[in-house]
Amino acid sequence: MRFMMLMIPKGYEKAAPGAMPDAKAVAAMMKYNESLQKAGVLLSLEGLHPPSMGARVSFAAGKPKVTDGPFAEAKEVLGGYWMIQVKSREDAIEWAKRCPASGNEVIEIRQVQELSDFAKTLPPKLGAREQELREELERKAKKR
Amino acid sequence: MTASATHSAIDAVWRIESAKIIAALARMVRDVGLAEELAQDALLAALERWPDSGIPDNPGAWLMATAKNRALDHFRHNKILERKHEELAGEMELEQEIAAADLEACLIERMDDDIGDDLLRLVFVACHPVLSTEARAALTLRLLCGLTTDEIARAFLVPEPTIAQRIVRAKRTLAETRVPFEVPRKDELAARLASVLEVVYLVFNEGYSATAGEDWMRPALCEEALRLGRVLAELAPKEPEVHGLVALMEIQASRAGARVGPSGEPILLLDQDRSRWDHLLVRRGLAALARTEQLGGRLGPYALQAAIAACHARARTAAQTDWVRIAALYDALAQIAPSPVVELNRAVAVAMAFGPAEGLALVDALLSEPSLKTYHLLPAVRGDLLAKLGRTDEARAEFERAASLTRNARERKLLLDRARASNHKFRVVK
Repeated sequence: MRFMMLMIPKGYEKAAPGAMPDAKAVAAMMKYNESLQKAGVLLSLEGLHPPSMGARVSFAAGKPKVTDGPFAEAKEVLGGYWMIQVKSREDAIEWAKRCPASGNEVIEIRQVQELSDFAKTLPPKLGAREQELREELERKAKKR
Repeated sequence: MTASATHSAIDAVWRIESAKIIAALARMVRDVGLAEELAQDALLAALERWPDSGIPDNPGAWLMATAKNRALDHFRHNKILERKHEELAGEMELEQEIAAADLEACLIERMDDDIGDDLLRLVFVACHPVLSTEARAALTLRLLCGLTTDEIARAFLVPEPTIAQRIVRAKRTLAETRVPFEVPRKDELAARLASVLEVVYLVFNEGYSATAGEDWMRPALCEEALRLGRVLAELAPKEPEVHGLVALMEIQASRAGARVGPSGEPILLLDQDRSRWDHLLVRRGLAALARTEQLGGRLGPYALQAAIAACHARARTAAQTDWVRIAALYDALAQIAPSPVVELNRAVAVAMAFGPAEGLALVDALLSEPSLKTYHLLPAVRGDLLAKLGRTDEARAEFERAASLTRNARERKLLLDRARASNHKFRVVK
C-alpha cells in the first residue's frame, strides 16, 4: 500500500514568499528522510514553497477564477509530502510518529488510490490518454 | 486505544524495528538463532505490557533495550557463559581468566556499533551459501522482513510446519558451521553478494509469478523483495549489481497492473496496455539503472536484464521498441551468463530486430539442447517464427507441440488457437 504523509505546518499559510525552515529543522528532517530511505519504504518526497508564492484556481461561478496567494481563508496548507510504500495504515502511522516535527506541525496520512481502484470507473481510452499526458510532461521535464 | 488497535500498532513497530534489533543482538551474542529468540522475547514483553501501559514514546528503543537486557540475563544465567566467555576472551585477545563483569562490559561495548553494518552482516548470514536457497529465502523473510512463519508459508504455498522446520534447521546449520557474523572479505564478497541477490530475486519472482485471486501474501512478496533490494542499495551503494537488481525489480513491478487481464489471463509484454504501467516505479527503475552505469565497469547479469527491461519501459508503444539494442544486450548477457533460456530470448530479439529468418537460425541451434526438451516456449517461439515465414504446416505442428508441453491451461488454449489459425491465416512475411 502506498501512503502520502502530508505535512501541514501551522502558520505556513501566512509565510512570506521564499520563507524557508531553519537549518536545524532541515538537518533533522534530512536525517528522518534518510531513515525512510534506508528502510526501503520511501518512494518520493517534495517540499513546497509557501502559498504566498502560489495561486488558487476556483470554479464556483462555473468558470475558473484565479486568486493569488496568500489565501486569507485558508486555515491550513501543505508544506510538503512523502510517498511511502508500507504494509498497512498502522505502519504509515508508525513512520509518521517518528518524524522530528515541531509543535505547530501536523502530518496527515492518506492512502494513495491505485489504478485497480478505478478499474470499473475509468474507461480504457482515458487511461491511455493519461499515459500520453504523462509522457509529454516527462519529455518536457527532460528538455529543461 | 483498543487492544486490537494496540496489537496492530505493535505489529507495525515490529516490522520497522525487528531486523535492526536482531542484527544488533546477533553482533552481541554471535548467534543469529539466539538473537532472534531474544528479540522475540522482547516482542512478547511488549505484547504483554503495552496494551495496559500504552505504547512508549520511542517503542524501538524500548524493544532494543529490553532485548539487550534479555541477552545479558541469558549470559548471566546460562551455562553457555563459560564457552562464550572463552570465545570472547580469545577474540579480544584478553587473558583467559577474564572476570564475568568484564564479559558484560564486552557485550555492552558491542551494543553500540553502527547498526547499518549489523544489518548488512545479518543479510549476509541469512543468505549464506551453506544454506539451501529455500532456507535462505525463508530465513531472510523471517529475520530481515519480520514475517511470521505463517505468512512465509502462505507466500510459498507450503504448510506452516515445513517453513518452521526449514527455519529451525537453517539456524542450527548456521550455529553448527559457525558462520561468522561479519561482512565477507573482499576475495569472497562477489560470490557472497551473488548469493544474497539470488535470494532477493527468488522472493520477488515467487510473488511476481502469482496471478490475481490468489492469497494476497504472494504479491506481497514482490513488495518485500523490492524493499529488501532498496535497503541493500543503501547498505552497499557501491555494488553495481545491487542497483542492477533493484532496477530490474522496479521495472518488472511497474508492469504488475498490466500483465493480467480482467478474467485473470496473462497478457504478454508486447500486448500490455502501457498506460497501466506504474510510472513512478519505471522512473525509479531507470534511476537505479543509471546508478549502476555511473559506477562504471562491465554491466553484470542483473544490470543487463534491467537494461533490457528499460528498453521496453522507454518505448511508448510496442512498435517503438529498440530491438536492435535489446538483441545486443542479450548478446552481452549470453556471454557473461550463458544459458539456453537466454539464448532463446536472444533469438526472439534478433528475429524482431533483423527478421524471423535470422531468429529461426538461432532457435534451430537450440533444438538439440537437452535442458529445453520439455520447455514449451521453444516450440512456441519456433512456431511463431515459422508462421511469420509462411511455413504454416510446420508452424502448426510446433504450436501443437508447445500446447502439449505447457502445464498452464490458459496458455494451452492460446497455443491451440494459434495452431488452428496457422491453417489459413498468418501468411505474413515480415
